[in-house]
Amino acid sequence: MSHTLPALPYSLNALEPHMDAMTVELHWSKHHQTYITKLNEALPAFSDRISLDLASLQKVVAGTNAAVINNAGGHYNHCLYWQNLAPIGSSNPQPFGDLAGLIDSSFGSFDEFKQKFTTAAVSRFASGWAFLTLKNDGTLAVHNTPGHDNPLMDGIGDVHGIPILTCDIWEHAYYLKYQNRRPEFVENWWRIVNWDAVVNNFEKYAKNGQAVPF
Amino acid sequence: MLFRRFAKFTLPKLPFTDNSLEPIYDKKTISFHWGKHHQTYVDKLNQAVGENDYTLLDIIQNQSQNSLPLRNHGGGHYNHCLFWLCLGSNSSEQPSGKLLAHIQKQWGDFSKFKNEFNQAAINTFGSGWAWLSVNPEGKLVISSSQNQDNPLMKGIFKANAVPFFTIDVWEHAYYLQYQNKRPEFVDKFWKVVNWKQVEDMYEKYALQQRPVPVDKILG
Repeated sequence: MSHTLPALPYSLNALEPHMDAMTVELHWSKHHQTYITKLNEALPAFSDRISLDLASLQKVVAGTNAAVINNAGGHYNHCLYWQNLAPIGSSNPQPFGDLAGLIDSSFGSFDEFKQKFTTAAVSRFASGWAFLTLKNDGTLAVHNTPGHDNPLMDGIGDVHGIPILTCDIWEHAYYLKYQNRRPEFVENWWRIVNWDAVVNNFEKYAKNGQAVPF
Repeated sequence: MLFRRFAKFTLPKLPFTDNSLEPIYDKKTISFHWGKHHQTYVDKLNQAVGENDYTLLDIIQNQSQNSLPLRNHGGGHYNHCLFWLCLGSNSSEQPSGKLLAHIQKQWGDFSKFKNEFNQAAINTFGSGWAWLSVNPEGKLVISSSQNQDNPLMKGIFKANAVPFFTIDVWEHAYYLQYQNKRPEFVDKFWKVVNWKQVEDMYEKYALQQRPVPVDKILG
């Protein structure tokens, strides 16, 4: 199968002012597209993985090569990232239902979870991602990864499970508007998190041991 | 009050004025890159060093493998110092003298070397650097590194060598002007290389297998 760039669920300027239109356009149509192009170039060398859907592919990238790992991860992570965002006011501003309860029991409160996630996002040195992940043992974890690694990748990284929320902290995600001010970017990113989508990721997929499909 | 034998690390002055590399490398980028990013490495390096009397070279070559903050922020400080030293206006198209001869001897001609260096810079995944170094056998080697790692770092960099020419390919180095177009940034970088300074660092240090004391040179 040939992987393709998914449509954004909102217009390029819909996340203003927290995320500027030019960043969304470049990030989606150039950076994300490039990961897909390179993934499609690199995959044919691995005939047993070429027809896997994107989520299933994540599990088995270890043992391929850097081109597949980096670009498969890049493609998946960006799909989750776009899905996790919504114009301010268009979704619940906080988690709800069972996920809210689990966040409270795991981290103490939503604010404490937010602080922990922010620290994970701000403290990852150089390029990477911050994740909220439902681990295989049923507990929630906040963590970060280098490059485009993600917790679906068996054999890669320390934390494994199903990511339901992610923040991209590669400089291209924020440099045009925020330059070196990554903490300010993350503060603004919280304002546009699509908690409806995140709760759905948890209820429909993660709780059932399934990766969010794209 | 504790007396420090070595002064705390400080952000050095740039060896060129912040607008003199326009339009290739604009004033806004330079001011963020030097005034914010490099300054932050210096600040965090000082935090990580604490009361220890490490020199920058000792941090890069030896301490970096023992401490992640020293590796990241020491590397950040060293690498940016070397990068500034490689830049200048009134750039010639290519080096001359011994360095040019050495490049031609190993690659046949300068453009073949340039292409290989460009590929190293363009293909570095995520944040990192491309390097030209002299190895212990006296050969010129092109390499790349992730994050703020550098060829001097023992126990971290596979084959240690003495770097004297580098390009920063972290996105902050080019994003304001070039966005995702890293290849264009890398291509234009050659127009603002201070070959005189690079040749000096090659002859005085790298060829002798002495690490370039970048912070001392910048003063």
